[in-house]
Amino acid sequence: MVNTKRGFGSSLVPLSDFSFEEPDRKLILYHLGFAFFVLFLGILAGLFQTLQRAGLITLPVQLGYYQLLTAHGVLLALVFTTIFIIGFLYSGVAKTMDGRLVPAARVLGWIGYIMMVIGSIMATYAILVNEATVLYTFYAPLKASPTFYFGLALLVVGSWISGAGIFTNYGSWRKRNKGKESPLFAFMAVAIMILWIHASLFVAIEVVFQLIPWSLGLVERVDVTLSRTLFWYFGHALVYFWLLPAYVYWYVNIPKIVGGKILSSALPRLTFLLFILFSIPVGFHHQLNEPGIESFWKYLQVVLTMAVIVPSLLTAFSLIGTFELAGREKGAKGLFGWVKKLPYGDARFFAPFVAMVIFIVGGAGGVVLASYQMNSTVHNTWFVTGHFHMTLASSVVLTFFGISIWLIPVLSKRKLTPFMNRLGIIQAIIWAAGMVLLSGTMHIVGLLGAPRRSSFSTYGDHEVALGWIPYYYVIAVGGALLTIAMLLFVYMAFHLMFIAPRTDRVIEYPIGEVYEKAQRPPKILERWSVWVGLSILLSIIAYAVPIIDMIQHSPPGSLPYEPW
Amino acid sequence: MDMPRYERIWMNIGIGSLIIFLIILGILAFGMGIHPPDSLEQTANPETIDIYPPFDQPGVYQTGPNEYEVIMTSFIFSYEPREIRVPLGAKIHFKATSKDVVHGLYVPNTNINLMLVPGHVTEYTYTFDEPGEHLFLCHEYCGTGHQLMQGRIIVYDPENTST
Repeated sequence: MVNTKRGFGSSLVPLSDFSFEEPDRKLILYHLGFAFFVLFLGILAGLFQTLQRAGLITLPVQLGYYQLLTAHGVLLALVFTTIFIIGFLYSGVAKTMDGRLVPAARVLGWIGYIMMVIGSIMATYAILVNEATVLYTFYAPLKASPTFYFGLALLVVGSWISGAGIFTNYGSWRKRNKGKESPLFAFMAVAIMILWIHASLFVAIEVVFQLIPWSLGLVERVDVTLSRTLFWYFGHALVYFWLLPAYVYWYVNIPKIVGGKILSSALPRLTFLLFILFSIPVGFHHQLNEPGIESFWKYLQVVLTMAVIVPSLLTAFSLIGTFELAGREKGAKGLFGWVKKLPYGDARFFAPFVAMVIFIVGGAGGVVLASYQMNSTVHNTWFVTGHFHMTLASSVVLTFFGISIWLIPVLSKRKLTPFMNRLGIIQAIIWAAGMVLLSGTMHIVGLLGAPRRSSFSTYGDHEVALGWIPYYYVIAVGGALLTIAMLLFVYMAFHLMFIAPRTDRVIEYPIGEVYEKAQRPPKILERWSVWVGLSILLSIIAYAVPIIDMIQHSPPGSLPYEPW
Repeated sequence: MDMPRYERIWMNIGIGSLIIFLIILGILAFGMGIHPPDSLEQTANPETIDIYPPFDQPGVYQTGPNEYEVIMTSFIFSYEPREIRVPLGAKIHFKATSKDVVHGLYVPNTNINLMLVPGHVTEYTYTFDEPGEHLFLCHEYCGTGHQLMQGRIIVYDPENTST
């Protein structure tokens, strides 16, 4: 039973009797809680980095810039994202598949969660005691302590077990609902976990078979180029693992919030399947400027990289289409009248809407980076860091804020008050402003040549390097704004969890409905073996020959180094 | 799968321009030979690389009428040589490698942007068209002294001896 009341902005905020069963509620809340704690720590590290790099503060001798940078990357890019995403996916899978998880999925979810938490703590400990200042890409032959690598391996294997929980739940639902098309949310969750498991299998191979034995001293040398290649086999799919849950929210949840419909049930599924295909055989575009890989294979992977433009264009059309139909339903006139009818006063919509706008710019920067030749003008400059702060840290994270503002009260059975909603909008504005300052300036100063991942340096007072310093101040201002927005978010999360008034009729878990005239998705879209097979085939085409080459013509390998 | 007419138009324009874009990149690469730095040439053990030619004697060597070769090693946290003098307009072939961890060789405001991976030699050819003192630096994190790793390329005008 759903009734609606006049809500935020022009949108309606329906209340509902739906509530998660206690075990599901707890499982999801534990994911979110740990993720937010990690977000807090990671952003603090980021703030001190921006200040140090601008030469505004000197860090205490016990805490190095690169140590903070490693913590920032590991905590935010690996831990926060993975655990938040899995929590969100579990919530949607439970909601759209009979309102509850099957018992086996709950058990797998908890095992995965505990492994990920233990793994994260181990890795963080190794970083804090300065035994793992290797940054989140941990490029050999920089050698961290075994604790760091074991921690990362636990994090990854834990996430696979969580993925198995999603597959189990999906499989059980399909068995009970023969012949029915699966809920879009659950379909997308399965696609994301397939993509994630395929890609992270290869970073696990790197960590378990190359780095752990070498870090323990069981083998003397490591093949550096092979380890970098295995990392980037995973590394670019990782960014789609971050992005696709935001796409889920944009595709599935937002249509409900704006009062529109999901335009098609088939095309969003096709979009996600294309992401499975084109997010893995593309890692060489991170290695364009390094030796040991033949140009032909680099170019081939550039072509495959650019193929993700196809699902991105499908998404853009679909989302704007949904907005337009929703606006026209509310009486919008003319070609662009619907733009004014969107619920900008609703934080559940506003934050992800800003995210979408920023993503257009972020995506364009990505095309520059992956352009075979043009990459040389910006490779390893701050342009790159600017790029993923615009895509991940702006678009994805703003969407996660937009999710949290209703997901927390749904779970805590408390009211999303108009005050919290307003605070959510202010928080999103501060975050977006901070990120635009920070990542926009990183793009500019990167074009002027400032390298990424570098502590404060004037490079012997060279005039080119001195010219970068004023930009560093702007980036530090961005960092300060982001810290304020983060503190505001932590307060909001705490308030919505523990303080806001209790209620029996919580805010609705928004799940969009598919447009009545939409066609049923063809069966082939749900035949996973076909898509997994194609994904493996594409990876073999893109990677088999160069990897065999690397192994056959490998140099003697590198000894471990700990230059920190 | 049915796709609305406008969506089909939108996708056709998008995919069409993507194909044109990729063809242009391909022509630049394989027709005109503009590739990112690359080399499949192998080296020996990175720790003993300075015993054998060419890396036993890093430096700048003239190899032709207007051609030079720069043999360079990188290591924690410096380069050899750290100062390179080359004439304006000459073809400069860089041959560089690392003796320990992964380093970078980057000259801001040029396309010289190389990854130096231990065990491999990175090659790249560049012609400076502006005289002056260019900064080069390491742009791949290599340890606590990473931000200090740098050098200078002095491009002089052979017609004007005062530079």
